[in-house]
Amino acid sequence: MDDTQIVVKVRIADLNIVKAPHLIRTSGLGSCVGVVLYDLSRKVAGLAHVMLPDSNLAKQLNMNEFKYANTAIDYLIKELCTNGARKYALQAKLAGGAQMFQFESSNDLMRIGPRNVQAIQEKLRQYGIPVVAMDVGGNSGRTIDFDPATGNLKIRTVNKGELVI
Amino acid sequence: MEDISRLSTVQMDVLREIGNIGAGNAATSMSKLINKKIDMQVPSVNVVAFDEVMEMIGGPETPIVGIMIHISGEATGKVYFILSIEEAESLVKSITNEHDFNLLSDKEPNELVLSALKETGNILTGSYITALSDFTSLQMQPSVPYLSIDMAGAVLTVGLIEVSQVTDYAIIIDTKINDSESADGIHGNFFFLPDPEAFPKIFKVLGIENNG
Repeated sequence: MDDTQIVVKVRIADLNIVKAPHLIRTSGLGSCVGVVLYDLSRKVAGLAHVMLPDSNLAKQLNMNEFKYANTAIDYLIKELCTNGARKYALQAKLAGGAQMFQFESSNDLMRIGPRNVQAIQEKLRQYGIPVVAMDVGGNSGRTIDFDPATGNLKIRTVNKGELVI
Repeated sequence: MEDISRLSTVQMDVLREIGNIGAGNAATSMSKLINKKIDMQVPSVNVVAFDEVMEMIGGPETPIVGIMIHISGEATGKVYFILSIEEAESLVKSITNEHDFNLLSDKEPNELVLSALKETGNILTGSYITALSDFTSLQMQPSVPYLSIDMAGAVLTVGLIEVSQVTDYAIIIDTKINDSESADGIHGNFFFLPDPEAFPKIFKVLGIENNG
């Protein structure tokens, strides 16, 4: 078996899955939320870089289902289960959903971070997937790395250092 | 809604001209502000996927200083003035007497430093928008300037939320300005991100058919 550790990178409005010993990463989360779903004993994990809360907001014909909380989570669960994860064993960790600029306006689009977090929590509740840890809100950008072997989510910020949840 | 990611050559030319006029005016303001000659590069019009937006300024994790203005009125959108951390620090040093600060430290830089950055952004993006508004005769009002010093991905996504509801591509009118007098001078990028609904309006007032 190839034991070189690779880091699978997930871009904005995209998702992917990873198996140990490899890691999965997404960079520069602001109002977006990184959703990690994993089956710890099978050592498999999926990560979605969610940009918007709800695909029903989509005004687009060829919709990118990885962009929205609801559709990305549906897809991620399916993909994980075809790759050895068991639906009942899935757990979740979340990071992101910050507000990068301090707006005075109450425009909904400006509060997209908290709305993303809410939509994700609601969707996971429907599936009965527990959120075991999260680092959300605030006003810092985050880069996250997940290790499916340990279940650790490492969160890096520009000026508030590193955190593992 | 029509696909805004397919632009004709004429439409591209018009958007480039818009960048030229906006950034040209902003460069003049910058030049007055720091009392140096400022050069402006030919604007580029980029139709890019969201992750490529971050790549345009060094990748999603690169720390940047982003000053953003929201445009309301007849043609809405966002204008960013983007600087690297070092450039922003040298800009602040050249317009204030503050020398002992660090924009990336864990404690907030003092209020004078932050307001110098915001005010610079305000002047520059304000003159950008004024020039656009005059050129197109479309009413465009700038918001107050918003400042964020953080990862490029996190800072720029704010400007993509509006467009992301319609497509997975952003049209960015990018203009670089340089302080031509010193090698380590100020380089900044203006990103103008019109909202999807703004494009047909801009094209119409400038006499270009939507699918021309």
